[in-house]
Amino acid sequence: MSTIKGGFTRRNVIKTGLTGILATGVAPLVFSRGAWAQDFCNNPTGSTVTFGLNLPLTGAYAEEGADEQKAYELAIKHLNGEGDGGLLNVLKPSALKGNGILGKKVQYVSSDSQTKSDVARAGATRMIERDGAIMITGGSSSGEAIAVQSLCQELGVIFMAGLTHSNDTTGKDKRRYGFRHFFNAYQSGIAIAPVLGEEYGKERRAYHLTADYTWGWTQEESIKAATEALGWQTVQTVRTPLGAADFSQYLTPVLNSGADVLILNHYGNDMVNSLTQAVQFGMRDRQANGKQFEVVVPLFSELMAKGAGENIKGIFGTSNWHWNLPDEGSKAFTKSFGAAYGSPPSQAAHTAYVQALLYADACERAGTFYPPEVIKALEGFEFDGMGNGKTLYRAEDHQCMKSVLVVRGNEKPTSQFDVLNIVKEIDRETANYDPAIFGGELGAAEPVPQCR
Amino acid sequence: MSNFMSRKDLTLFLGFAAVVLLLPILATPFGAAYPDLLQRFMIFGIFAVGFNILFGLTGYLSFGHAAFFGVGSYAAMWSFKLLSLNAIPAILFAVVMSGLFAVAVGYVSLRRSGIYFSILTLAFAQMSYNLAYSVLTPITNGETGLRMTLSDPRVIDGLFTSASGAPVPSLFGMSLSGWNGFYFTAIFLLATFFLSMRISNSPFGMMLKGIKSNQNRMNYTGFNTRPYTLTAFIISGMLAGLAGSLLVVTDPLAGAERMQWTASGEVVLMTILGGVGTLVGPVIGAWLIKYFENIFSSFNDNVLNNFYSFLPDGLREVVVAVSGKFVGEGWHLSLGLLFVLIVVFLPGGIMEGVRRIGARFGHMRKGSKSSARVGATAAVG
Repeated sequence: MSTIKGGFTRRNVIKTGLTGILATGVAPLVFSRGAWAQDFCNNPTGSTVTFGLNLPLTGAYAEEGADEQKAYELAIKHLNGEGDGGLLNVLKPSALKGNGILGKKVQYVSSDSQTKSDVARAGATRMIERDGAIMITGGSSSGEAIAVQSLCQELGVIFMAGLTHSNDTTGKDKRRYGFRHFFNAYQSGIAIAPVLGEEYGKERRAYHLTADYTWGWTQEESIKAATEALGWQTVQTVRTPLGAADFSQYLTPVLNSGADVLILNHYGNDMVNSLTQAVQFGMRDRQANGKQFEVVVPLFSELMAKGAGENIKGIFGTSNWHWNLPDEGSKAFTKSFGAAYGSPPSQAAHTAYVQALLYADACERAGTFYPPEVIKALEGFEFDGMGNGKTLYRAEDHQCMKSVLVVRGNEKPTSQFDVLNIVKEIDRETANYDPAIFGGELGAAEPVPQCR
Repeated sequence: MSNFMSRKDLTLFLGFAAVVLLLPILATPFGAAYPDLLQRFMIFGIFAVGFNILFGLTGYLSFGHAAFFGVGSYAAMWSFKLLSLNAIPAILFAVVMSGLFAVAVGYVSLRRSGIYFSILTLAFAQMSYNLAYSVLTPITNGETGLRMTLSDPRVIDGLFTSASGAPVPSLFGMSLSGWNGFYFTAIFLLATFFLSMRISNSPFGMMLKGIKSNQNRMNYTGFNTRPYTLTAFIISGMLAGLAGSLLVVTDPLAGAERMQWTASGEVVLMTILGGVGTLVGPVIGAWLIKYFENIFSSFNDNVLNNFYSFLPDGLREVVVAVSGKFVGEGWHLSLGLLFVLIVVFLPGGIMEGVRRIGARFGHMRKGSKSSARVGATAAVG
């Protein structure tokens, strides 16, 4: 009997103790978190404001991530009034003063997204919940961008997408809190198809190798539609895993497929590997169907061209921007990036830099960091001087409408940076499309979700 | 009543519960007190405790546990998409699905033991990963990851309300993001911990330990060990599924990466780091690895420069350059070093270290007690 009694007493003591702990230590936390009366997530109250940079520093797109990081660091310097001011001097109209944003000094925290959506989300959440980031930016995979964008919508933090080219980012997966400056696969299709028609003729049989995720899928769809409109046939489309080091098992069937064009819907290291292997397979020296066999890479950048070396010569693709463009904005950016890092910026660096500036400018114009007001300032904003001519942040889908470049691997490079030639600049009107074709819903800006 | 739980177990459980529930305060000095990371602490704690039932108690090293974790995630997400945004049906569905999957995988793999078992599970996990990544993309959405959309049917929710705004998981209307999500997952970790404690003390647990120490002897004494190992395998698969579903509840995106072999290896590391076969060890191992992954990887040169700001300029640059290799994207390097150190000096994991320290203190206390007793007797004498 006494043991039972003792047991009960002990239990009672411990129970009371635990209730005490809960009541004093934990419960207040639960109630007070919401009651902090923060009007929105990470409202900067001190003298600084924090950007969250979510960058792939490892994985298939690591090179782009590293270049984006340089660009963000440069943008933050310029926003704070350090350095030569870069594009602050040429952005029109501009509310930027070079004293931070709304008088608050800009600083940043960063996270390695490893080119994986799961990790990117975890990193973004950390930067929002722990480090108090007011805005998340970066990323160089559409998988990441879409994952982080929907997270930002849930937490009520603005996401300024970095390198993301999938139609879905501002199409069926668009979000009110997400903005994209980079162009998309559909625009690549509009831009590259006429050039391909002129160069390679109207009777071609294409074989697609496609990175197996949202960007690859939509690019394959867009390029397929654009080339089929030319009169080309699509022999087959094959999906390859992201980050595959060896593409030979996917390249061998191309040789006997009756195709005479290989379209590589790959990016970053994947594209460098698949193109190099395709060349090693002798594809560029082949004749098929009585024509020269050709390789097309619908989206590529100077980083990839550098990586692919000799193999990129003569290959067609599209780009968002190129450092060789003659306008004031491009010159200013190339100059200050070159002065800081000793190499010309890539298109990834350019889009990252511009996104940071556009966010800052929108805050200045809105006069607050309150996200719904900043969103209003960005929606339908028309600006010039950032290197792509007159540009519009379309309100319907948060996609920047601007000119698009068709590029070709340089046959006679004069330096290690001179790897691409601009073949054609497609103007904004031609690259335009109806935002309704991809469906999707932006969702609401208000009520602003509370992030903790 | 006193048979229900020994005093020692009760203290351990209550101590564990106190630490878990007070984590938002205890983790503050380490910069880890934000909901997302603490949720991960809970979720991967469950994963590791479940894994330990198979590896620590039964002695079967599975190299494919991430597969069950992933199945749980996808199952929970489909429940959110098709049935309801409520977390309870999603978790139940996920546990059932991963349990069924564990029956299938376990039935085949457990025909072998030792390294052959490990390879079989690895093969199954790698198959599931590839299925999720590129074959079953209509179900898993491949690399992009499975998400909820406004247009999902959600049959049960549709009966009651018309939803508006971005869909997020909830518990009968209560949001499960942020701190709510932490306490929600903490309850599950405590329940899992309790379960693993009860299993380890039960006759069933004794049987599993017997299998671990010598399966042949068990067979010769007339036990059929297969049902026991299969049960352990299923329980641990279901707990992995539970963990996977909780990750989707708190962060509604299911990606294929969480089924990769690295994820399976990670839970093995967690268990070994903390202490194989101990109750608390796997949880500590899980926390340590998640801490490294989320905090160490966030240190960039900026942070390091601030940290070492007390050093003179030249020296600081050197120190930052050297230590920069071990943090940021180099966090794996520091984790690897830590792992080597622990395996070499504390083969029983961190719990062995704790036990050694405890034994030293216990020794001292015993020593002082006995001397006190000697003093007392002397006084009486």
